[in-house]
Order: sequence, then structure tokens, then C-alpha cells
Amino acid sequence: MSKHKKTSEIIIQIDGKEVKTAEGMTVLEAAQSADIFIPTLCHHEKLEPYGACRICTVEAEVRGWTKFVAACLYPVEQDLVVRTRSEKVDKIRKMILEFLLAHAPYSPQLQDLAQEYGADQDSFEKESSFCILCGLCVRYCAEVKKKNAVGFVDCGARREIRFIPEISAKECHSCKECFPLCPTSFLQAAFVLTESLAFLRDSSPTALKK
Amino acid sequence: MPRINSASELEELRKGILSKRDPDKPCIAICAGMGCLGLSNGRVISAFEKEINKKDLKTKVDIRTTGCHGYCEKGPMAVIYPEEICYVEVTPKDVPEIVSQTVLGKKVIDRLIYADPDTGEKAVHQAEIPFYKNQMRHLIGNNAKIDPRSIDDYLAVGGYSALSKSLLKMSPEEILEEIKKAELRGRGGGGFPAGRKWETARNAPGKEKYVIVNGHEGELGAFMDRAILSGNPHSVLEGLIIGAYAIGSHQGFIYTRHDTPQLKNNIDMALAQAEEYGLLGENILGSGFDFHVEVHLDIGIFVSGESSALMKSIEGNSPEPRPKYIRTSVSGIWGKPSALNNVETWANVPLIIDKGSEWYTSTGTERSKGTKLVSLSGNIVNTGVAEVPFGTTVREIVSGIGGGIPNGKKIKAVHFGGPMGGSIPENLLDTPLDFDELARLGAPIGAGSILVLDEDTSMVDIIRYFLDFLSNESCGKCVPCREGIRQMLRILTNICDGKGREGDIELLEEISEVTGAASLCALGKTAADPLLSTLRYFRDEYEANIAKMKRCAEKREL
Repeated sequence: MSKHKKTSEIIIQIDGKEVKTAEGMTVLEAAQSADIFIPTLCHHEKLEPYGACRICTVEAEVRGWTKFVAACLYPVEQDLVVRTRSEKVDKIRKMILEFLLAHAPYSPQLQDLAQEYGADQDSFEKESSFCILCGLCVRYCAEVKKKNAVGFVDCGARREIRFIPEISAKECHSCKECFPLCPTSFLQAAFVLTESLAFLRDSSPTALKK
Repeated sequence: MPRINSASELEELRKGILSKRDPDKPCIAICAGMGCLGLSNGRVISAFEKEINKKDLKTKVDIRTTGCHGYCEKGPMAVIYPEEICYVEVTPKDVPEIVSQTVLGKKVIDRLIYADPDTGEKAVHQAEIPFYKNQMRHLIGNNAKIDPRSIDDYLAVGGYSALSKSLLKMSPEEILEEIKKAELRGRGGGGFPAGRKWETARNAPGKEKYVIVNGHEGELGAFMDRAILSGNPHSVLEGLIIGAYAIGSHQGFIYTRHDTPQLKNNIDMALAQAEEYGLLGENILGSGFDFHVEVHLDIGIFVSGESSALMKSIEGNSPEPRPKYIRTSVSGIWGKPSALNNVETWANVPLIIDKGSEWYTSTGTERSKGTKLVSLSGNIVNTGVAEVPFGTTVREIVSGIGGGIPNGKKIKAVHFGGPMGGSIPENLLDTPLDFDELARLGAPIGAGSILVLDEDTSMVDIIRYFLDFLSNESCGKCVPCREGIRQMLRILTNICDGKGREGDIELLEEISEVTGAASLCALGKTAADPLLSTLRYFRDEYEANIAKMKRCAEKREL
């Protein structure tokens, strides 16, 4: 969460509308304050901005220079002009959705956005990992619960989430607060898999006790 | 070791070192760079040691194991001083003859000197070998004269005089001004003006500031930074300390490879020796300036070399890049201003301070000053590290220094910058080596790796290979990079397997547009650059591959 210093007021323009913001705010926060919708997938108000899904990409124009930035991270600055919808922005969002639908075609959140942006869920060959690696579970567990029971392993195309058996056997049964955050059905499956394969018998309440 | 407390003490020490050295005393300088290490130079070195012992010459002949001489193709290389007779591809069984004939007998052994493969013309000295002839070896030239584990060797060639001048005769502002006037541009890939980066860090609010040597060098085909960092570590360290003084930093980091023990060993030793002499640590050279350096090893993926990921790694986190909406020179390691430059950039600094910006800018092109280290590999006769002035044509580098293409083949393309770079075709080889000229052609110079490709190369397969590399080496955090690379790789693999479809090229272009615009860091933003450059110059090859469907698959089966 960004710390809003109420020191100086910054006026920016979003979709032609003047928006009063303060130093330290992000474009996403500014847009939300003015009831302008920018889609997000990996963003959560309780968590640090992450900038991984890039669905919140917008066009930002500063001093005549236009670039594509992640609204959840980009800090407001004087004379900033933001366009939340443009041909290129929509094209980026459409393709990001098609990338993700190849992994998780049945995510309601993705399906809703797909309709808005005309994304075809069959654009790319299916590779049903079901996880879109938004990291909400990982970051919630680390930042809010401070347990790190679930984390990312590996990198690049092999990146995935894993529950850490030693920690999650102790912590997860009484928590499970990350479950409703998951935009797909993968998180619970990953948990159940870890539970059945790797939990120590006597530390798991659901496992058969001697 | 004495601690040096002033400029005059440094000069006295230097005089002392030089007075103990007899310029006429025979010295055998053997390349112990990483390329030669792989060619078993260890056995050559120990053969020399044994032979010298056997002949009871220990007091009469010096053996110096040096850093990389650059000519990896002909390693292991041994230079016999004072005559500077250069022997190539030396094996242990040549050693007794070298000692008796050359070191003692002062005779040249004909079969061990370089002979031009085309003309048969021989070269007794390094400078006469075509590989070296047209180089300008400002940075790497001292490698052959220095044992990287001896600070005295570095002092003997004038080392740390730029540091003494900086700390004791110049203000930080004057140094900054000199670097800016020298128009030094970052050698890691971006070509960003180093002076401006330093100035931003200097002016950024906060007392604590950091300077960093990026010695990760993960670019495929790049091996020049390790030649400097392991072969002449003090030159990089000296540049770093000068930069720290200019910026107002008291803590530096050297980030380098975990998989190359020689790097860490030589750096550690350089740091320890510099500290003992009082050239590092508290009150350097009695100037009142304090500066410390820590060595940090990478965690082994390519993206670790990206500046913000590198800084995360130093913090102890996984090397995931962050968006640089606020520059790292303002908010870097632990949110503090951090000036990061690559090895070669830092190594240029003492040179600029020593000889002045006017001297420095007399070499190079209008907007690319000085020299550039390049590493030559691929289908080229002379694999190795070369240093040329900016403005040298690519053709001169490939044909002159590189010796052209082996096996009578024709050249097809030259690829710059590894997996995020670009290729130029044969008809553009007269392009000068220049940050902006090459970038305009879609083949930015990158860190300086030059991969030469002959007529048998399938450009589609090369690009597929680069994307395969990136798909494993990106961090995987952001969707456009992770998934864009995955899909581009899939399409290219299909094309190579003879399963290409109509519309594949257009889809590749669409994906590259999205990954280029929306990715979080430079890796994703430029991941499609090699693809785009080859679509620019070799589009027909993609089309032919799709049309014929099978050509590539057959090639792979062979």
C-alpha cells in the first residue's frame, strides 16, 4: 500500500477527466478515486502492488512521450495524461487474457474480462495448469499472515506455486484465507495435493490418526 | 605490506616495486584466463614450474600466470619476456624446449609461433598477429603484464595513480564533469551515459548510497567482462572507488557469477590486497574518504543481471525485476540511490581520469567514444576477446581480427547482444561498431557478444534457441514475458518441426508487440528483438520454412 503524503496536490487527466491526486498515489488508486474502472487480476488492496498480470496496463503520456505502464504501480506525476482504453491497450489486455485462458479457461473472472475485450479462449493451445500465477495466495500468506506457507518455485515458463509441507501442515487448516482470493480452482487443488502427498500424518487433523 | 597514506607514499612504493624488477630478466607469462583454463593450461603452467625448478632457474626466471590474453582460439598462450616472443597452443611437452631454446638460448622456436592459415606468414610477437594487429587494447592490454593476484603487478603498470589523482587532487564534481565530458556510455547493453547516471545518484536525496559492479555477464556468447574482472580486477576496483567518491558512496558491491570460482578468488584477493595497502577501507590514501566493497554471487538465472533484479538479489530476495518507474540511481538497493555499471564501464574510469576526457574522446565515433571489448564466437576462425575503437566496421572485426569464416563457407549474418539482441545480414557488414548505428539496424550492440553465423545456419532455429533460453531464464513473474515467450517458442518450434502454418509470422509479430509494450522489465520488453530483426532481414526464410514445412525438420534429424 502506498503511503499517501498529503503534501502536494497533483492534478492528472484520466480519460479526459481531471483527477485530483496526491504524491505517492498510483494511477490505479487515482482512477479508483474518480470511479474510473481499470481491470486488475493480481491486485489486492491489502497487498503491496505487484505488477505481474499487466491487465491494468494503460497508456501514460508525460511531456509528449507515450508509454504503456502498469496502473497499479505507476506513480502519479504533474501533467500526466492517462488513457485507460485505447486500441493498443485493448489489444494488450485481449492477448494477456488469451494467454491466461490457455491455462485456466474456466475462471469466471477471466471469462468476464474475455467478454469485455473480445478474447478468444481458444487462441492459444491449451496447457491446463489452471494457475495464472497472480501470486495473491503467495503474497497474502507472506504479507498479511507472515507465514510463507505457499510460495513460488522455479522460474520462467516453469514457475509454479507450491505449498511448503512443513509450514502448511501447521498453519493452513486453521486459516485458508487465501482460498477465496484465487481466481481459478487451482489453489485448493494444490493444497489438497500437498496434504495428501506430504503432510505428516499426526499433524494433519483430516488425516487418519492412529 | 605497508599502508599507504599519501600520493607520495604511493609513488615511492611504485618506485620500490619497479626498482626490484629487472626489465632484462626473463619472464614466462602464461595466459591463465578462463578460455585457456578449459584448454588445460594448468598442466602447461606446472610443466614450466617443474622445468624451472629442475634447471635450478628459480632466481633467474620469473613465471607469471596472467589474465586472459584474448586469443582463446590459439590458447594456451605463453609470452617470453623481455623479447616478448609469443607462443601459441603450447602443450606441456613443448615446455623443456621453450626453456632451453628461448628462455636461455634466446632463440625463436619456429613451430610454436603463430602462422597465418592462409598465407603461412609467421609472427613472432603478439602485436604482429592479425588477430591483434588492428585492436586498440586500452583495457585488456595490461592483462598479459599482470598476475591478477598481485597488486604489485598492477602498481607496476601505473595502477591506482588515477585513484590517487581523484581523491587527492580532484573534487567529486570535477570527476563527474570529466566522466561526462568523456561521454562514457554504459557498456552493459543500454549505452546510457554513465556520467548522467552518477549525477542522478549523487543528487538523489539520502546519505547512504551504493555503487555496484555488474559482473553477471549472462548474455550468451559474452565473455569479455570476465576477462577483465578475473584478469585485471584492480582496474575495475579502481574505477569503482573513483565512482563512489564522485557519487558520495561508501559502500560498493561486486555482483558476479557463482559458477566461475576464478572470478571470486581473484576479486577476493584484489580486495584484500587493496585493503592492506590502504587503497580500500577507511581513510583511503590518507584522503579521509572511506569505502568498502562486498562481493555478492548471483543465483544463476539470466535475469539476475537485470539491474533491479540484481539489486533485489543483493538484498537477499529472489532476483525478480521491479518496474523502474523510479530509477535505481534514485531508489535501488534497500530503496537507496544505487549507481550500477557493468565491469567494462568501471574499467574505463581510471583511464579517463588518468589521461583526460580529451584524450579519451579522440577515439571512437561521434556518439560512441573510446574502445569496446567484444567476444567473438560462432562460425569464426578466431574465437576470442578483442578490443577495438568504436567505429571499426563489423566486417573488419569479423574478417580482419576474426579471420573470417572457417571451412570456406560464406557469412550469412552477425548477431549482436545475445538472446535480446539482433542480427544484421552480410550486406550491412560495413556498418561501424556504434551504439546508435547498430540500434537503428535492429541489432543493438548489447554487452558486446558477436556471434558469427555462416550460410548453413537456419535463422529460425537460432531464434528458436534464444527463446528457449529466455523461457527458462526469465523470472516468470509477469504474464506478457512468461506467456509471450512460451507462445512464440511454441510457434517457432512448430515452424522448425515442419508444422508451421499460414499466419504464424503475423501472430509472432502480434505477440512480440504485446510483450514488447507490456512486459515488466527489459528482458520481456526485448525478448522478441532477435525475432523482429530476423523477420526484418530474413523474412523469406521464415516464409520458406512454413511453405516447405519440412526442410528444418529434416535438418534437425540429420
